[in-house]
Parts: sequence; C-alpha cells; structure tokens
Amino acid sequence: MSMIDGLERPVPVPFDWAKPFWDAANEKKLVVQHCGPCDLNIYPPKEKCNECDTTEPLGWKEVEGKGHIDVYLVIKDSRIKGFRGAQPINFAIITLDEDPGLNFLSNLPGTPAGEVPVGAAVEVIFDESVEVGRQLVPEWRVIG
Amino acid sequence: MANWQRDKEGMGLWEHRGKVAVVGWGQSYIQRRWDGVDLERSCGGTSKESILKAISDAGIGLDEIDGLMTSKETRAEQTWAPRPYFAPPYDTEDGLTYCSGEFIQKELGLKNVKYIESDAPYIGPMLGMAAQAVGDGMAETLVCWYPMVNLSGRYGHNNPANNSNEAKGGNAFTLPWGYQSGAMFNNAIVFQQYCQRYNTSHEALAPFVMNQRRNGLLTPWSYYSLHEPYQLTKEDYLNGRVVEEPLVVYDCDRPVMACAAFIFTTAEKAKKLRQKPVYILNHAQNSVRGRSTMATLDEHQEAVSSLARKMEEGSGVNIKDVDIFNPYDGYATFTQQFLEGFQWHGVGRGEAHDFYADDIRVEGPHPFLSSGGNLGTGRTRSALHSDSIEQLRGTAGPRQVNVKAEIALAGSNTPDACGFVMYSSHQGS
Repeated sequence: MSMIDGLERPVPVPFDWAKPFWDAANEKKLVVQHCGPCDLNIYPPKEKCNECDTTEPLGWKEVEGKGHIDVYLVIKDSRIKGFRGAQPINFAIITLDEDPGLNFLSNLPGTPAGEVPVGAAVEVIFDESVEVGRQLVPEWRVIG
Repeated sequence: MANWQRDKEGMGLWEHRGKVAVVGWGQSYIQRRWDGVDLERSCGGTSKESILKAISDAGIGLDEIDGLMTSKETRAEQTWAPRPYFAPPYDTEDGLTYCSGEFIQKELGLKNVKYIESDAPYIGPMLGMAAQAVGDGMAETLVCWYPMVNLSGRYGHNNPANNSNEAKGGNAFTLPWGYQSGAMFNNAIVFQQYCQRYNTSHEALAPFVMNQRRNGLLTPWSYYSLHEPYQLTKEDYLNGRVVEEPLVVYDCDRPVMACAAFIFTTAEKAKKLRQKPVYILNHAQNSVRGRSTMATLDEHQEAVSSLARKMEEGSGVNIKDVDIFNPYDGYATFTQQFLEGFQWHGVGRGEAHDFYADDIRVEGPHPFLSSGGNLGTGRTRSALHSDSIEQLRGTAGPRQVNVKAEIALAGSNTPDACGFVMYSSHQGS
C-alpha cells in the first residue's frame, strides 16, 4: 500500500556509481558521496567530483537523516503517470542538517497537501511500498 | 565548430565586436499545433517560409547564402508519437520534427553553401554561435533558423520517461518524487525561495504577465494576435488553472508551431545592403551546474551576475547603457532573475516585483521585454531577438519604444543555462 493515497512512484533503477546509495536505502540508511581531496559531500551521486575533478573514486558516508523543509509546491497537474492519482500532492525541498548545501526531494507523507510547515524539522523514513525490484525510497516526515 | 562559446569570465573584449551584423529576419506563420497534414506548415514548411522572408528582408539572393545553421532542439519530443511519413522530402523526421541544413540546402537549391551546422544548441546560444561563425570566417552570409514544433497530444504526456513505471539513470533521483524535467519545477522552487527571502508572492507577477500579453498583442504575427486577440486581465491570471501551486497556466509559455530566421553577415557587407545593420557587440553563455538535486536562488543569482560580467567584459558596454532588454520568459517565475542579475534600469535583488508594478509598457520609461516574449507571442523563443532587431532599426511599429533604442540585449533560456547576444545600431568605438 502506498504511503500516500493514489501514489504509484516510478521505481528507481540503480545504476553504476549510484548503486551504493540504493543498496543503503534498502538497509534503511541514508548515504551521500564524499570527495576526499576537496572534503565535499555530494548528492545526487556523480561519477566524479565536479569541484576538483579528482581521479580518486568518490567515497560514501552515512548521514543522520535529519533536515528542514526549505520550500514546497503542490503538484496539481502532473505529467508523470504515477502521480496523477495522488493529486494534489506536496513536492518539498529538504535541506540536510549535516550539510545544508545538499537538498533532497520529498512528498512529505503524513502532511496534507498545501499544509506544509516551511522551516519545520524532518527526518528520513523509507517508502517500502515500492515493490518492483523491492527498492526502498527515502522519504521525509515532519517531526516535533 | 569548436571553442565558439564565451562562457567564462576573463575572456576579454570579443574579438569580432562590431564586425558581424544581422541584416535580415523572417517569421513564419504561427499556429498552436501542426495538424499532421499540411506540409507547408510542417517544421520544414515553416523553416522554408521564415528563411525566404529573412532573405527577402535582407535584399540578398539565394546564391549569396554560404552558411546554414539550425538547431534540433525544437521541443517536438514533448508531443511526438509514431505516425506515418510522407512522400519525399518528408519521408524522415528531417522536415517534420527538425529541419536540417541539408534539407534547406536541397529544398531551396542553395548552390554556394560551404558551411552547415545542423546540430547547434537552442536559439539563445545558437545566435551567438552564428555570430562567431561569421566572425571566424566560416561563412560570409549565414542564415540561422530556429523552428519550434508542437504536434498533437497533451504536452509532456507522451514523454516515455513520464509514462514509465521505472525511473532510470539520473531520473532515479527526481521522478520518484514527482519532479518533471525541464525548467518548470526547478525554477518554480527558486521562485518560492525568492518569495520567502524578499517577502513577496506569486500575485506580484500579474502586472508582468499582463504586460507580456499586451506587447504580444502589439505584435502582428504573434499567436495571440492571430488566434486569441484579447488582453489577459488580473482576474484571469489569479484564477488561472493551477499546474504546480503557485504556478498557474499563464506563467507557462504556450507551445506553438513556428520558425524564425536571421541573416548574419560581415559588417563590411552589411553596410552595402538594404537594411540598417544591427551589429553584434558580444555573445555570452552560462552553463552552471548546481551543487545538489535542485538549484537554489543563490546559485541562480550568482549565475546571472556572472553572465552580466561576461557580457560587459566582452562588449565593452556597461549594462546601464542597454536600452532594450529582452530576457527569456519561458516561465514567468524566473525572468526576474535576469532583470535583477543584470540590474537593468537599476533594479536590484528583491526589487523586481516593485519594478513590475511600475510602468513597464513600451510607451513608458521602462519598456521591459518590449517583445512580449514567449508569454506574449507564443513559445518561439525568437521574439526576444526579432524585437531587439526591430527596435534598433526603428521598425517595431506599435511596440516601438519611446526611449532611446541603440543597444539591445536578448537571450534564453534559464539563469543557469542560457546564451545572450548584445545588439547595437553602431559598430562600437
């Protein structure tokens, strides 16, 4: 059953250098890439660091999964098939507390569409409803 | 053509500043969609129509054309679906969803073409590339055309990525949460950040969007002049169908079927031709990678500030001396970034919405986007440039500004990925 009524998320298909992210998600862990030479966290995953163009492989580090809601929209006329049955639905930008330069997307399950508390603290959860390939998807819910 | 871009600060004055000019332009008939039947109004048909008009406007012969440049970025993929082909030359996608240089060379019987580029980027950077090609001597007289294609079907709904149960590649980090590719989502998010930071709201865009429609109605060939000739009211705007709250349908440009063409040549040749030359003082591009999933307001603001520095450096012109300013308005939500980043008419960060509420009509002291842009004419992306040329020639008709019109700046698309061209009625000192 979907976390949000009517939502049929397109299921992420892990690829190449991004696979560790999705493997971690299946273990209910949130990880980001890390570039050692320039000490920079990276999300979404990249093949190489854009800042220093190091040839060293990028590492991975687990982050706590705490963040805040930056801004949001309410999707009312999506072009994406799996979202049309869930409209209206929140579309929020989450900044990561450990590195606010990184942002994540969220539909804020549990928060009614359009009633988003901008600036509120959130924590990562994992959407287990995505069945194809049994890929868990990081989501965020308001805390406190 | 390698290394044509001017996308870095510190490149100095453009080496061809004032040595290349636009001497003709042409606009095809514009309609909402191609009906899939009338080949005269297919992509190939509108391309030919606009090119022949541009050549006629310049007063040159077909045999004088020695360079061809176009883009395959026609947006046809948003509505494309399998369909039968036609008799030659419409027996492939060439001529239907794009229109190559080879197609035009053959169809118009151009005998003296020595340079063809059929895979240039979208119009903003492409016009800079065209100017660079003439400056570099790749061609003496080059025609550059930009078709936009809109076929039957609901926009974006035929896109395979949007219809899939899976999110592959980079889409794995966007589609599962409902992010749609293109400029709409990201720029709407940046707009929300803007509203939060500067304590403003979506409603403040109404005067701007209404003025765009007004300028579009002052453009005889525009979609709205031809097909929906009435002014948008504030009530219309505020009650517009919501796409992604707060974005309404009137914030989005209307996909259309049309083509515009421009003739570039050397300054020496331009002086001998029929039209008053419009010289190119510089071209500059942005291709900025945001740090994370979504670009931020800070990133967009810095991107446009950098673009402004590049434009001033390459042209030798201070932006305060730009008379005509036609930045992209493909979504109403990001145009203010260009206005504030270039500080046109002194508009600083957080001041755009107050500026919109002032007098921005073409008759007034601040004729912002005198073209009407995409919102006023339909999604041609070319009106930004054709209006700039007309204003400098003094032939913009009812849109002709009352202020001085000697230097114009136009470009597209978004703050982080765009190309701008500076035009002048003088070669520059």
